[in-house]
Amino acid sequence: MRLLHRHDLVCRQAVELVTDYLEGTLSARARRRFEAHLAACPHCTEYLAQMRETISLAGRLEPEDLTPQAREEFTDLYRRWRSEQQ
Amino acid sequence: MLSVMDSDSELLLRLRSGDERAFVSLVERYQEPMLRLAASFVPSRAVAEEVVQDTWLAVLRGLDSFEGRSSLKTWLFRILVNRARTTGSKEQRSVPVVDPEPAVDPSRFGGDGGWADPPEHWIEAAERRMEAGKLADRIRAWLGELPSRQREVVLLRDVEGMSSEEVCAVLALSEGNQRVLLHRGRSQLRQLFEDEFREVR
Repeated sequence: MRLLHRHDLVCRQAVELVTDYLEGTLSARARRRFEAHLAACPHCTEYLAQMRETISLAGRLEPEDLTPQAREEFTDLYRRWRSEQQ
Repeated sequence: MLSVMDSDSELLLRLRSGDERAFVSLVERYQEPMLRLAASFVPSRAVAEEVVQDTWLAVLRGLDSFEGRSSLKTWLFRILVNRARTTGSKEQRSVPVVDPEPAVDPSRFGGDGGWADPPEHWIEAAERRMEAGKLADRIRAWLGELPSRQREVVLLRDVEGMSSEEVCAVLALSEGNQRVLLHRGRSQLRQLFEDEFREVR
């Protein structure tokens, strides 16, 4: 088993750094430390992959179609506004 | 679904030349995201709808004065948030952003700080269900369950794909607070995915 050094991250700390890591806001030193932890920890590597997947899935939500009624309402809204302009 | 995604800047040009279909396209693109965001500031769906309606009128009225210093999207959401805030908050908005809650339930770590109950795999299962069109509604529901300030940030950053600078401008947050809220929101969402797919095994 690998000896745990005083400056090593533990998993409980690593999961709190994931967003800073993904945002690119860790210092170079903190990033190296985080990446060194990942290299030795399959669970935290999985955790990071899951956070990336979470972001990716949220980004794939599509706006729902407007109902025909809503379309009509917004077309009316636009026309009312245009007629106010003139 | 929007088959051809005209860029926002193209829509803006068409809007300024008086094209009503450009307006309907813009509404189609942003009505639902705006409703979701507004709902997080006001007490009911009906009020959120009013706020969004007012926002569209303000957008039309402001078209000529919009200088394009921010993106059209940032401008829209800023108008929305300002209106939603003045219309009435359903909670104390002045509560400072503190982050006492850990990203992962502390009981899942051992005394040495390492995983005792490591994350279970769910990525492939989630992908399959997303492909089958059966996950999006769940995700929408989960977003609705997040605490409102986290939800606002996750909606704008991850669902709408805005940059952190844009989100800070829209929600009047510091970079640091934005990041804390994003971290909490994403972490909770990840946990919800894990819980969901743990049950179906």
